[in-house]
Amino acid sequence: MLSRVADSLYWMSRYLERADQTARLVDVELQLWLDQSPEAGAGQCKFLLEALRLPVPQGASLDPNRVLNTVVFSRTNNSSIVSCIAAARENLRHVREQCSSEMWEQLNRLYLEVINTWPEEAWTLKSHSFFHAVQEGTHLFQGITDGTMSHGEGWQYIQLGRYVERTDALAALLETHFSRVAFPANQPVENAEYLEWVGLLRACVAFESYCKAYTAEIRPLRVAEFLLLNPEFPHSVRFSVDRVNAALHIIGDLAERREELPTRIAGRLRAQLSFSQIEEVMAEGANTYLKNIRSECSQIHSAIHQIYFDYSIESGLASYEQAQK
Amino acid sequence: MTAAAMPSFQGPYPFANYRFNTAYDEMFGSPGVPRDFYQALHRTLAGLPPEELRKRQQAADLTFLHEGITFTVYGTKEGTERIFPNDLLPRIIPHWEWAKIEKGLTQRLTALNTFLRDIYHEGRILNEKIVPRELIYSCKHLRREMRGLNVPRDVYVSVCGTDLVRLPDGNFFVLEDNLRVPSGVSYMLANRKVLKGVFPKMFRDYGVCPIDHYPQALLATLRSLTPENCKYPQDPVTVLLTPGVSNSAYFEHTFLAQQMGIELVEGRDLLVHDNIVYMRTTAGPRRVDVIYRRVDDDFLDPLCFRRDSILGVPGLFNAYRAGNVNLANAIGTGLADDKAIYAYFPEIIRFYLSEDAILPNVPTYLLTDPSQRKHVLQNLEKMVVKAVGESGGYQMLIGPQSSKQQREEFRARIIADPRNYIAQPTLSLSCAPCLIDGEVESRHIDLRPYILLGEKVTLVPGGLTRVALRKGSLVVNSSQGGGSKDTWVLRATNPDDSTAAITDEVWKRIAGGNLV
Repeated sequence: MLSRVADSLYWMSRYLERADQTARLVDVELQLWLDQSPEAGAGQCKFLLEALRLPVPQGASLDPNRVLNTVVFSRTNNSSIVSCIAAARENLRHVREQCSSEMWEQLNRLYLEVINTWPEEAWTLKSHSFFHAVQEGTHLFQGITDGTMSHGEGWQYIQLGRYVERTDALAALLETHFSRVAFPANQPVENAEYLEWVGLLRACVAFESYCKAYTAEIRPLRVAEFLLLNPEFPHSVRFSVDRVNAALHIIGDLAERREELPTRIAGRLRAQLSFSQIEEVMAEGANTYLKNIRSECSQIHSAIHQIYFDYSIESGLASYEQAQK
Repeated sequence: MTAAAMPSFQGPYPFANYRFNTAYDEMFGSPGVPRDFYQALHRTLAGLPPEELRKRQQAADLTFLHEGITFTVYGTKEGTERIFPNDLLPRIIPHWEWAKIEKGLTQRLTALNTFLRDIYHEGRILNEKIVPRELIYSCKHLRREMRGLNVPRDVYVSVCGTDLVRLPDGNFFVLEDNLRVPSGVSYMLANRKVLKGVFPKMFRDYGVCPIDHYPQALLATLRSLTPENCKYPQDPVTVLLTPGVSNSAYFEHTFLAQQMGIELVEGRDLLVHDNIVYMRTTAGPRRVDVIYRRVDDDFLDPLCFRRDSILGVPGLFNAYRAGNVNLANAIGTGLADDKAIYAYFPEIIRFYLSEDAILPNVPTYLLTDPSQRKHVLQNLEKMVVKAVGESGGYQMLIGPQSSKQQREEFRARIIADPRNYIAQPTLSLSCAPCLIDGEVESRHIDLRPYILLGEKVTLVPGGLTRVALRKGSLVVNSSQGGGSKDTWVLRATNPDDSTAAITDEVWKRIAGGNLV
């Protein structure tokens, strides 16, 4: 597969995942704000920006409306929902012949829907339905992709993009959350704190699954364990890293380039998550642990880029000759 | 024949608006009387209820829309992606006419290719003073870098699209050759696919020669042109090089790459190392042998041609010179589709093949010649003036349909740079029935067959019939509001093969109206 094509599919998938995550987080946060005092505004904005890996403007006080516009509609912010969907579509447009026409149609439909939404309209009563439409649109796209595209190398790059993005976004969200609340206790929580932990679960579509695993009693330590280390829940860090790892192995096999840098880093990260216990993680400091995950994640991304997309001709030829031997 | 000699004919529905003029009419031999091979179509049209024609056209349009069969128009601000308009009624060419076209085009391409080889090597035709030296050296598509370079099999033009027009005497003339990166073949294939669905029974009964093997024939042609140093000549790695998604023919590039099963690459996917071209794949660099390039010469290699090009591949030309990769078409073929050199084609064919041209040229005035220039400038309102190095209907003056201001502008341009323009008398292109708003009207058309040259010359029967959809217009280019229609070349009647073509028996029945 051409490197450019793989690169486009990878980024298309990352952008869509980012749009999905952002839509869900903003939706949940807006609900939370309803239950909080108006003075909390600036803190909430800061939280939102940090959780979305966006820079927090220094000095000036944060205006909630402007912040919301930045994360949802702004075209100058490359990570806003609208920018992400536009970028995903642009990436797919360049490699249209590589995907099924159903995929293209769905992404195009989603794009047309979001660019035709006026911010004023979205902030009135319809905000929830807007965020819902974005999430539904991306989920539908995933389903169509799985059902209509051949699960070959291109599909693996789509998986890779989605789970690299998810790992990093989840780690950033958890990191921001843990710095906001006190050390996660192994005790049920109440009131405001309860709402925040439920919000975190909802932002990761995890509330129902958590309840099935641990009942509706919200204990911060359990929430942390569930979102970090659960091997079965698709929006947990461990699950995502497992998927990154699996996709990289298949890609390595297909390209006949095993034991390369990306697989090694992903394998190391996977081992760490597989054998960690939540008490240990917390004793060590959750933020150190999460920072480490994010740094490994960015190393994986660079390694993919360097090995599969943008290698120098000399290194490419050298590894090819090695493989021939 | 004058307009007066051809009385206006008021036919029954759906021919009520059908008009004749001095042009050759493809369907009617005389007003109201269709030619033999058009009778079945005529009968079908007359027999269909009014709504049915409209419905079938809508169904066809929808297919084009859904499959995204589009092209891009340059020079407009917004909405640059358009559906390529398709006309539902096939243009029919009987086998005896096609046989002559096929022979004529084969001759022409052979001569063209020999001419290019000669110009880039010995220059015999220049030494013999058949074609003036200054004409060649002033051609902007001459590539001095190609001098003395041997290309595989001596094939310069592997894909050629020659535009033919039928003039009032009923003969086909060559209007121009497209030797650089001719496009449109995907529309030829798309039209056929759609028409088969719209008129299945008529299609089968007519006995139309198939064209669906074009992509396969193109691939075979490309694969037969392996470079000198190809590692596995039995299995050369072939790619299609596109300028990218914003190019007007991008749809065609993706379509052909898909149909041939080869990679569609952009300049940034290719890299050159030690004079070898590689494409960057996830499995590492992969050596490329043959490039079907749809990028113009100028943009191919920034080290050699235009430095500001980001569409090309730095070092590509050196790899080509070293015999490590082949390009189709070769570099510098635009020389032979220069419209001033076109004027010499009858002599060029005679010089190399010692034959007369089977398909004649359209009379052409060279504006570098003072007396011809004077004549043209005095009669601008009757002339078509074209820039010699342009294609796609850009930079063109249609005398009879021009404003005074446009004519003055061209007059100034011609005087400033006579070598850059040629003039031709305004031709009366033949007319064919087209479906306009549910009724049949006549519109001007031309024909672009596609000719392949590799191990041998290959023509798929037919080509792209382009239609000037605007009433009275003579410009058929898609970029200038033209459309296209399917071209049916009928199979020769073969008495030994009862299953194949239309037998006389069937013909009689068609004429007798038993078969629609």
